[in-house]
Amino acid sequence: MTYILKPKLHHPELPTNALGLTRRDYEGRISTLCAGCGHDSISAAIVQACFELDIAPHRLAKMSGIGCSSKTPDYFLGQSHGFNSVHGRMPSVLTGANLANRDLIYLGVSGDGDSASIGLGQFAHSIRRGVNMCYIVENNGVYGLTKGQFSATSDKGSKSKRGVENTESGIDLVALALQLGATYVGRSFSGDKAQLVPLIKGALSHHGPAVLDIVSPCVAFNNHAGSTKSFDYVRAHNEAVNRLDVILGRTPITADYEPGTVTEVTQHDGSKLRLRKLDDGYDATDLVGAMHYLQMHHAKGEVVTGLLYVDPDATDLHDRLGTTDVALNRLGTRELSPGAAALAKINAGLR
Amino acid sequence: MPEPLSAINDFVVKFANVNGSGSASANGLFAKAIIRMGVPVSARNIFPSNIQGLPTWYEVRVTEAGHLGRRGGVDIAVALNPQTWDDDVAEIVPGGYLFYDNTRPMPASKFRDDITVIGVPLTTICNEAYKIPRERQLFKNIAYVGALSWLIGIDTDVVEKLLAEEFASKAKLIGANIQAFNLGRNWAKENLKPIGLQLRHADAVGDRIFVEGNNAAALGAVYGGATVCAWYPITPSTSLAEGFMAHCEALRTNEDGSKRYAIVQAEDEIASIGIVVGAGWNGARAFTCTSGPGISLMNEFIGLSYFAEIPAVIFDVQRGGPSTGMPTRTQQSDLLLAAYASHGDTKHIMLLPADPGECFEMGATAFDLADRFQTTVFVMLDLDIGMQEWLVEPFKWDDAREIDRGKVMTFEDLEAGKDFGRYMDVDHDGVPYRTYPGTHPTRGAYFTRGTSRNRAAGYSEKGVDYQYNMERLLAKFATAARAVPAPVTRAAKKKTKAGVIYFGSTTPAMHEALEALEAQGHHVDAMRVRAFPFPQEVYDFIHAHEEVFVVEQNRDAQLRTLIVTEGGINPAVLTPILHYDGAPITARFLIDSIGSRMSAANAIREIAE
Ligand SMILES: Cc1ncc(C[n+]2csc(CCOP(=O)(O)OP(=O)(O)O)c2C)c(N)n1
Ligand code: SF4
Ligand SMILES: [Mg+2]
Repeated sequence: MTYILKPKLHHPELPTNALGLTRRDYEGRISTLCAGCGHDSISAAIVQACFELDIAPHRLAKMSGIGCSSKTPDYFLGQSHGFNSVHGRMPSVLTGANLANRDLIYLGVSGDGDSASIGLGQFAHSIRRGVNMCYIVENNGVYGLTKGQFSATSDKGSKSKRGVENTESGIDLVALALQLGATYVGRSFSGDKAQLVPLIKGALSHHGPAVLDIVSPCVAFNNHAGSTKSFDYVRAHNEAVNRLDVILGRTPITADYEPGTVTEVTQHDGSKLRLRKLDDGYDATDLVGAMHYLQMHHAKGEVVTGLLYVDPDATDLHDRLGTTDVALNRLGTRELSPGAAALAKINAGLR
Repeated sequence: MPEPLSAINDFVVKFANVNGSGSASANGLFAKAIIRMGVPVSARNIFPSNIQGLPTWYEVRVTEAGHLGRRGGVDIAVALNPQTWDDDVAEIVPGGYLFYDNTRPMPASKFRDDITVIGVPLTTICNEAYKIPRERQLFKNIAYVGALSWLIGIDTDVVEKLLAEEFASKAKLIGANIQAFNLGRNWAKENLKPIGLQLRHADAVGDRIFVEGNNAAALGAVYGGATVCAWYPITPSTSLAEGFMAHCEALRTNEDGSKRYAIVQAEDEIASIGIVVGAGWNGARAFTCTSGPGISLMNEFIGLSYFAEIPAVIFDVQRGGPSTGMPTRTQQSDLLLAAYASHGDTKHIMLLPADPGECFEMGATAFDLADRFQTTVFVMLDLDIGMQEWLVEPFKWDDAREIDRGKVMTFEDLEAGKDFGRYMDVDHDGVPYRTYPGTHPTRGAYFTRGTSRNRAAGYSEKGVDYQYNMERLLAKFATAARAVPAPVTRAAKKKTKAGVIYFGSTTPAMHEALEALEAQGHHVDAMRVRAFPFPQEVYDFIHAHEEVFVVEQNRDAQLRTLIVTEGGINPAVLTPILHYDGAPITARFLIDSIGSRMSAANAIREIAE
C-alpha cells in the first residue's frame, strides 16, 4: 500500500452504500489548500456524489492538470488511480486513458487557468471529440497557484485584490461547451452543495462529454469586493434555473410534482435525471434555447446555474470510432499480433 | 563527343516531372518492372513542399551489384518539366542520354553536344490517341515508360503482368494502360534504336520486398501490439499514421466490424503525445508519429513520461531543420533533440533503423522496450527511409513471440500481498513495478505526478527522495543500454587503426563506400550503431582504433556529440564526416571524404616514418 489515508476511525454507525462502503472510504489525503478555499468544498461534493452513486473507487480514474484545483484529486478517492499531468493538458491525457480502457469512469479536474488559458485548445477538442468524461472546472477567475493573476475566465471589469481592473473579455466555458457539442453541461457554485452533488452525480453517470463549470472562490486572491468570483458576488447573482435529482435504477420514485414542472431524462446507464424547473422558461433539453437564455442572463450580470443542457441520446468517442467492447488494454498477443502467416501475405503483396 | 555510355544493369535514370501530373504511378511501374526482371533498384522521389505544379523528380538507380544508396550523377535524364530543363540537362554525365518530348521544337542552345539526345513526340502521340485532356496527360506518362522500355530493354511481359496485378479490381484499366504503354513503345521501335544502357534478366533480387519505411514501421506497430495512435499531420511522417490505419483496418477488425484499435487525429502534437501518455499510463500500447517540429512541441510531455515513468513510443521521421527547414528533404538532425528532450536532466531511448526492414522490427520492439523501461522510446526514421521504397529482406515474425508488458503487478500479485511501491527499485535494475488503474479495489492505487515524490509515489520535495529517483532513472538507463539492439560491426579485410561509425539511412552508401575504399587500399573497420543509450561495445570499438570517422547527415555532428558526452570519449579521436544538403548521402561523397583523409593521414605517417 503506497497510500496514506486519513486515519480511519471505525464508526459502526456510519451509513454505508450498496457496496458496503462509508463516505470515509471515498476520501483521500488531507488537503493542503488554503482554509476556506472553494476547491475543498468541491472535493467534498465529489466524495459525496461517488458515495451516493455506489462507485467502486478503483473503477474511477482522476485526472488533472496543474494548479491548486488540479492538486485536489489527491484529496479525494484515495483508492483510485490519479494523474496530475501537465498544465492545460489534462484533456488529452484523459482522452488517451479513456481510449485505453473504456470500462473506467473518468473524472477530469481542472482550473480556469488550466482549461481556459493554456488549455483552451484541449478543453475544446476533448469536448468536440466526444470523450466520455466528467470534466470539472473549478473556476475562481485567477491563477491561484501562481498567486492571483487574472485568468481567462475573469470577467471584464472585475477587480484584482490590488484594485487593478481586468480589461480583457472573460471566456464563458459553459457557452463554449454548448457550442462544442458537450452533451451534459452544468454550472454551479462551490458554496451550494445541495445543487452541486446531484450535478456531479449526473455528470459521472452521463455517457459522453459532461462539463461542469463550478464557480469556486479563491479566498487568498479573489474573494474581495469588486471581484465577480467572490462568495458574496456569486450568492447575490446566482440564478438557478432548475434543481436536479439523480435517481438510480433501484431507487423507488416517490415524490409527486405539479405536472409540467418536472422533466425526466433517462441516461445511458439507466439512471434518471429528474429536473424540477425553477424558471418556467428554461428547457434543459433545448440546446438553442439554452444558449439564448444564457446569453441574455449573462448580459444582465447573472450567474445562471443548474443543469443547463442534457442530451439523453449522447454518444461518445468509442461509439464514433467503433472500438471493440473489450478494453484495449486487456487485449493480448493473440488479439493484437496478426502472426507470421498474415505477414507472408503482406510480403507477397510487396514484390 | 565522348563515347555514349554503355552498361548492363548498372545506371541511373532520373525523371523530371511536374507535381500532380500523375507521373508517380508510371515511374513506380518503371522501377517495379526492373525489380521483376531480377535487377535491384534504389529509387527515390524528390519532391517539393507543394501539392501541384512545382517540380518533382524520381531517381532510379539500377544496380545488379545491389548498391542501394544514392549514387549521384545521372545517366539518362527523362526531362519532362520545362521549368527545370536547364538543371536536368546539366546533371547528365558526359556520354549520357537525354530523353524528352520533342512535340514542341527546342532551340539548339538548350542541348549539350556531349550527350545523346532522344526526342519522342509524346504529346502528339497522345493527343492523336485520346480525346479527354486528363487521359492525354495520364497516358502520356505510361507512354514514356513504353518508349523507354524499347530503348533500355524492359521486358514487356513483366510490365503487362504488373499492370494486371495493379488494376486487378478495375479490369478495364488494364487494357487501357497496356495500350498506352505500347503506343510509346511502338513509336520508339519504329523510329529509334536501343541505347547503350541495357537491362538484362538477372537473379539478384531474391525474395526481397519493395517497401517504404513508414509503411513498415506502421506494420511493426501493429505486430508490436499498439492499440492507440494519436497524431497530427506533418511531412514526412503522415504516411506512417495512414499506414497504421490501413493495416489495422485489414488486420484488427472484428467480424462485427468493431475495431481492436483507436486512432485519433489530434488537434496538435501536444495533444497527440498527451493522448499517448494517457493511454500508456492506463496500460495500452500507444504511439504518435511526427517530425522535428512536432518533437519540439512535445517536449514537456516527454519529460513527464521520463520522470513519472510512463511508456510512450514516438516515431520521428526526420526532415531538414531547423524550424520549417527543408520539410521534404532528408536529414538525421533530431538526434540531440530526441535524446535529451524536455527540461531538467533527461535522457531517452532511441532506436536507429537502417532501412524499412528494421523499421518493422524496431517498430514492434519499441513497444516492448517502452513497457519494460516505462519511458519514451523514439524510433528515429528519416525521410529517405520513411518515404522512399527500399528493397529489403521480407518481414519476419516468430509466432512464439509474446508481447512483453514489463513489470506490471496484477490483481493476483496484489491479492497475494506482494509489496507494491511504485518507485521502489526492488530488482536493483532501476525499473520499478507499476499497476494499471482499476486493478484491485484496495491495493495498488497510486498517484502519478510530474512533481517529485517518494518511493511510494507520495508527494515529496525532500532532497533524498528526489535524488533517489533521479539516480534510479540513471540506473534504469544503464539497464536499457544492455537491452537495446546491439551495434553491428564489419571488420576490414586487413588489420587497421581506422574505424567508422554510422547509422540509419547512411548504411547502403556506407557499405558501397567501404568496398570501394578497400579496393583503393583504405582499410576501415565499421560499426553501425542501432540504438541509444550506446551499449559498451560502441566505446570498446572506439578505444580499439586511433581514428574513428563518425558519419551523419546533419551539420553539427550530433551523434558524435552524444558519443563524446555519454562515453567520455576524447573528441580528437572522432572525425566528423557530415552530409546535410538535404539529399541522401552518397557512396561517392563518402569515398571522397574518407578516402582523402586517409590518404593524407597515410602520407603524414610515411613522412614521419
Ligand atoms: C507550462 C507551464 N506554465 C506555467 C506554469 C505555472 N502555473 C502553475 S499553476 C498555474 C495557473 C493555475 O491556474 P488555475 O488552473 O486557474 O488553477 P487554480 O490554482 O486557480 O486552481 C500556472 C500558470 C506551469 N505549471 N506550467
Ligand atoms: S490560493 Fe486560492 S485557489 Fe489556491 S488554495 Fe488558496 S484559496 Fe484555493
Ligand atoms: Mg483558477
